[in-house]
Amino acid sequence: MRIHFKTSYDHDIRLFPDAWTLCVYGALLALAFGLPYLIDEFYLGEVTNVLIWAIAGLGLMLLTGQTGQASLGHAAFLAVGCYTNTILIEMGLPFIIAFPLAGVITGLVGVLIAIPVLRLHGIYLAIATIALSILADDIIVLLEPWTGGVSGKFPDMITIFGFEIERWSMPTRFYYLVLAVTIICTLFYRNLLRSPLGRAFAAVRDSEVSATAMGVHIARTKGMAFGLSCMITGWAGALMGYYAGTFNNETFSLVISITLLMMIVIGGLGSIHGAFFGAVVVAFLPQALSIGKDLIGGGGVAIPGLETGVFGLILILFILFEPMGIYGRWMKIRIWFELFPFARKDMFKRQKSYLKTERLR
Amino acid sequence: MDVLQLLVSGLANGCVYGLIALGFVLIYKATEAVNFAQGDFMMLGAFVTLGLTNAEYMHLPFWVAAPLAIGIMALLGYLLDFFVLRHLFGQSQTAVVILTIALGFVIRFIAGAIWGHEPQTLESPLALGDVNFGGVVLGLADVAVIVVTVLLTLFLYQFFQRTKLGLAMQAASQNQMAAYYMGIPVKRVQGLIWGLSGAVAAVAGILFASKGAIDPNAGLLGIKAFAAAVIGGFGSLPGALEGGLIVGVIEPFAARYLEAGYSQIAPYALLLAVLIFRPHGLFSQVRTKKV
Repeated sequence: MRIHFKTSYDHDIRLFPDAWTLCVYGALLALAFGLPYLIDEFYLGEVTNVLIWAIAGLGLMLLTGQTGQASLGHAAFLAVGCYTNTILIEMGLPFIIAFPLAGVITGLVGVLIAIPVLRLHGIYLAIATIALSILADDIIVLLEPWTGGVSGKFPDMITIFGFEIERWSMPTRFYYLVLAVTIICTLFYRNLLRSPLGRAFAAVRDSEVSATAMGVHIARTKGMAFGLSCMITGWAGALMGYYAGTFNNETFSLVISITLLMMIVIGGLGSIHGAFFGAVVVAFLPQALSIGKDLIGGGGVAIPGLETGVFGLILILFILFEPMGIYGRWMKIRIWFELFPFARKDMFKRQKSYLKTERLR
Repeated sequence: MDVLQLLVSGLANGCVYGLIALGFVLIYKATEAVNFAQGDFMMLGAFVTLGLTNAEYMHLPFWVAAPLAIGIMALLGYLLDFFVLRHLFGQSQTAVVILTIALGFVIRFIAGAIWGHEPQTLESPLALGDVNFGGVVLGLADVAVIVVTVLLTLFLYQFFQRTKLGLAMQAASQNQMAAYYMGIPVKRVQGLIWGLSGAVAAVAGILFASKGAIDPNAGLLGIKAFAAAVIGGFGSLPGALEGGLIVGVIEPFAARYLEAGYSQIAPYALLLAVLIFRPHGLFSQVRTKKV
């Protein structure tokens, strides 16, 4: 059991609470950098996919896990990021400028949309964002001169100062690019959490009424959360475009939005780890299912809807039995070991459960 | 004549949306949960009826199969509340939203596994023939949908106004704690409301299947019904029906008079507009909490 003896206020907001945690994450980083030498190219591609999903998950986590606003429309922002990046590069901007700019533009679009939409609470917000996700598909078709409509677009090869990166012929380079973006996004998220803005997010999530009473400007905070969330999601979208190699109006459908939300719930709402755990589940579930089908002998039979069905079932079980997701379970196991003989069975039991009403009358 | 025909087919579609929306609103009023799986309930109700009626399955007479299917769906709704949703008490609304979406996926998968993914038609006595009203040709199914919806709405209205159980449901939806103190078994009442909305979904499913073919993805219609519920105001039963009718009527007219790309986004554009300008629906008052 580790004891944190705090001697300064800075200790409360340090990135890593102690040297041990620093070592653990350092080792994880070293492993991530050494990964191309350990596994072959197919699995490296899969890991890249996990990382891209994790970035998108971080984006949504900022909004849903941190600020408490459920969005079922984040696929629309993946699309904005992806199309903006490709269009900017076609206009002749270099990748190193176009890519960050794509995220910023997505964030601005997010803020513009957030201004009217965020006046809505819980359930209405979910519905409005569903509508957004459905509209995105049609709007992409309507904007055909820029977006290529139904036939879609093919992103060009990435060039950073003459250094070429391509997903299929050079998966290792693409992996390092995605890894770099992941690390930047994670550090950005982690730093945001210890800033006043990050704490305002949490205050809004826990109770809007008390946050207002403490002087938090609700609308501005929610707008910032939406914008920053969309910015990260936009970067993920741009990377997703490169990963897929081609995209059109159906690539970023409502199903992607829903999958994204389900992913962070399975991973564990409100934690950075959750986004990564959830991404692992989403990316490896299809493979796991096909391996499972091979085992029971029905390998060749395609069962439509199996993936989403199993995914839904896993999600229902998680919400019923482990609402904090994989990260919550991991925390419980870790604390059990840390406290070894002293852990009690009902330590994580909620004291009171009551209906959290959002209705005003 | 053309306009009238569009209007009637729009109204018939709107009634189906309205019935699904009614299911949303029933559950929302009582439990503050939103059942995103209501569209899939509708699809399941249609398939249960189809499984009981059609020649290649059980081949029961339609008038036996329909009440049976409604009963089965009501039971399913009650059991769902008993085994799943009751355990979510105290968790945030987001959890319920995500849970019901997941439930929709599972229902769609199960329906696909049992009845296949090919579109099928229900052998329904409602699906036969057209009626000719002085030059306006209307499908019998469309007329039946409108009539049944009106009857069902009247019945539900009377049920909530006159019966003891209906009043108990109203009380439980207005203030759970107070209703509990008055001796209303709130949990059981909520279970019954889930059952009731299952039954309404089954009716909507039967009517929808009488109008055309169904397949497991028909549940996605629920999203349009959602738009209907929001446009009508989430908390009011007549509002849900009116919202359904508005969405249903807008669709064929948009398809007729707008360009191809714009017509299918019309209901959602209306939804967003309503959400932005009148967030609590066209037919209700807004209050904000003062700090």
